[in-house]
Amino acid sequence: MDISGLLSYGVSFAIMGGIYAIFALGLNVQWGYTGLFNIGIAGFFAVGAYTSALLTTPMPEGVYAAYVEQLVGLDLPFPVGLVGAAIASGVLALIVGIPTLRLREDYLAIATIGIAETIRLIFNNERWLANGPRGLMGLPQPLRSWVEPSQYHYLYLVLVGLVLAALYWASERGIRSPWGRVLRAIREDEVAAAMQGKNVFAFKLQALVFGGAIMGIGGALYAHYVRAISPDVFTPLFGTFLIWVMLMLGGSGNNKGALVGAFVVWGIWTGSTFVTDQALPPFWAARAPYLRFLLIGILLEAIILLRPQGLLGEERQVSTLLDE
Amino acid sequence: MPLLDVDDVSAGYGEMGVLHHVSLQVREREAVTLLGPNGAGKSTLLKTIFGLLTPSTGRIMFQGREIAGLKPPQLVRRGLSYVPQVENVFPSLTVQENLEMGAFTRQDGVAERLEEVFDLFPALRRKAKQRVGGLSGGERQMVAMGRALMLDPALLLLDEPSAGLAPRLVGLVFETIAAINRAGVALLMVEQNAREALRISQRGYVLASGQVRLEGPGERLLQDEELGRLYLGGRR
Amino acid sequence: MIELLVYGLVLGSIIALGAIGLTLLYGILRFAHFAHGDLMTLGAYVALFLHSDLLPTLGIPEAKLGALSFGWRLLASLVLAMGVTAVVALALDRLLYARLRERRASPVILAMASLGVAFMLRSLIYIVWGPQFLFYSQELRPAWELPLEVRLRPDQVFILAVVLLLALLLYLFLQRTTLGKAMRATADNPQLAWVCGIDIARVTRWTWLLGAALTAAAGVLYGIDAQLRPDMGWSFLLPLFAAVILGGIGSPVGALLGGMILGIVQQVSTEYLAPTYKPAVAFLLLILLLLLRPRGLFGG
Repeated sequence: MDISGLLSYGVSFAIMGGIYAIFALGLNVQWGYTGLFNIGIAGFFAVGAYTSALLTTPMPEGVYAAYVEQLVGLDLPFPVGLVGAAIASGVLALIVGIPTLRLREDYLAIATIGIAETIRLIFNNERWLANGPRGLMGLPQPLRSWVEPSQYHYLYLVLVGLVLAALYWASERGIRSPWGRVLRAIREDEVAAAMQGKNVFAFKLQALVFGGAIMGIGGALYAHYVRAISPDVFTPLFGTFLIWVMLMLGGSGNNKGALVGAFVVWGIWTGSTFVTDQALPPFWAARAPYLRFLLIGILLEAIILLRPQGLLGEERQVSTLLDE
Repeated sequence: MPLLDVDDVSAGYGEMGVLHHVSLQVREREAVTLLGPNGAGKSTLLKTIFGLLTPSTGRIMFQGREIAGLKPPQLVRRGLSYVPQVENVFPSLTVQENLEMGAFTRQDGVAERLEEVFDLFPALRRKAKQRVGGLSGGERQMVAMGRALMLDPALLLLDEPSAGLAPRLVGLVFETIAAINRAGVALLMVEQNAREALRISQRGYVLASGQVRLEGPGERLLQDEELGRLYLGGRR
Repeated sequence: MIELLVYGLVLGSIIALGAIGLTLLYGILRFAHFAHGDLMTLGAYVALFLHSDLLPTLGIPEAKLGALSFGWRLLASLVLAMGVTAVVALALDRLLYARLRERRASPVILAMASLGVAFMLRSLIYIVWGPQFLFYSQELRPAWELPLEVRLRPDQVFILAVVLLLALLLYLFLQRTTLGKAMRATADNPQLAWVCGIDIARVTRWTWLLGAALTAAAGVLYGIDAQLRPDMGWSFLLPLFAAVILGGIGSPVGALLGGMILGIVQQVSTEYLAPTYKPAVAFLLLILLLLLRPRGLFGG
């Protein structure tokens, strides 16, 4: 492979790794800091991606109208799509959280599995919403006109990097604030936090919404990078499980850990394609994606058994006492 | 040789510890009461004897053999039995099934033993097939004690048997405990109800802040007014 | 509509069988077992292997049983698959969950580990058998014409009968045997069970064996009724949990009834919604349940 090919691969790797890092940051707010067991990340991912798509593409006209159906096509600029994605995912978090956050943590888990499945089913079956199983294509590329087509991916990398940095900063500020300290206290000992007069439910809901909005932004960035989305992208494996492994590997309760875990696992995931695509006979090559998922599954179990705190471990807290 | 010999035992949760160098004996067929204010470590001592906690120092000898570090399934086979203060029955099982669970480690003779325990608690015989969850507090306490007797223990550890019971039931419970003792079972009983408990005991210990402050025959402890105010929590 | 109710009962009985196993694990081991659906898939595919590959190689023929689409060979495969799945579940417990329990890992970590197992099992099945739909038998047996314009396949009557039989056997086990009572006692109060001298390790083992065996049976029955596909169990996960919560966690009777109700509701929903929405219907029911009565019908 020549230099430009390698570079191109590297940029694409960095972009996807960065997008997944955003998902991991969102999960870290929900799980790492507040202890909310969200197994429905794919749902937030999908809602973010689809919302941005619907906001930023025009309604299909002419020849296309026969092939593509969608609910709305507002043809608004990219930032609107991004913000809309965040809001929509935040609203989703409200819908999931309100019935379940007062209940046991495993009920939240089951409910999040349910919401992700339901969302996928809806987008898959209701063609009028977002073109059903065929999905939406030709999603616009933000700031397209600023650079040459061949240089565009560098621009997108910068975009992802900026958004990631902003979200990282926001998350760090959030976690070190009094608000963040309450979240940590809730994770550590919910009963004690409640006895100190904190409205545990409200704080959990806020964490779920904040994390969900972050995931929505990740979904939007994904959509505009790959430019085509369909329901079979947002599967439990690709849209939820992978991100959990990333956070567990990096270290839950640690924003840097989220970043590290995302890039490492994305590296393992894409790197394993070299092995499976090149080194295997055809029969096995067809099974390749599942071999890779098996590998990721083994990785998760190994982490849980051998190093549950992940590579970077949980951040040392300044104080476990509430500060008020 | 005493049946139970607790020798210089320290134990408890975390660094501070709850029990500090406690020594205590129970002789065969003897009824001993353990008194003291709240937080004195009385329940902790029972739990340590029964293997729910591990002592950090000292020895616990039962029937002449070291038992510190052994776990409940082993202790139950050796003739030691324990009735916790709360959550001491299986609510969704019937009375009879609760008792049968007490005899889990036993293969044969369970039916006969069941009859014997019903003899001790005739009210339970009538309700043998009822779910324990639907019984009154006093009846549940009987089930809890009956369950602990199913293996014919040499020593029964009781944690506040009269706690939470209506006053008119308290007398009944202590009568039953006295009957159990007369049948030959040694008792180590933690109680807040000092008067009633000491009345049916041969000896008592007073525990405070994790240490034994006083021991002696039941009557003597009963009559000491000073003691009453300082250590018996001012109850009755 | 009557026909939908009847089909709902058949589907519901399959859900119920899986739910009974799940509720045992939930109640006795306090474990939200997210790999339960994929154990169902494993059971179905192991039976397929036995029925279509191993047993024929050993020279065992398939003679149809009456009006059913299969014969003794599939029945034998069903029973053997139950056993194999039970052993696999036990091995998973030894290798993974038991170690986490020793470390006093939080219930969430255990649930997450089971989620990993779920994905691993599913990946394995994709790898070995591939993504296409598979069947135990290509035979089509005519449906029986029953009154009220209900057409019921003999296979479906078999399914109902098997579920009721297994449920009855489990009931007798839990009510009449010492070990069964010990399992119920452990579900009530694990600490007290230990204090009584109950062998918690043995209770744990048998909970896994029974829970996994019942789930495997549910998988085979579903394969008989519909088809085998690698994500069949995962798509049952929501209905299984909904049935368990509906019936009250830890109550096998509740799981049985919960499963039936869920099956009927899902089937009746196809009158108004596309059939692919069935898991979503289960989810909706679950949310309503959590909002209105989280302890379920027979909750304790």
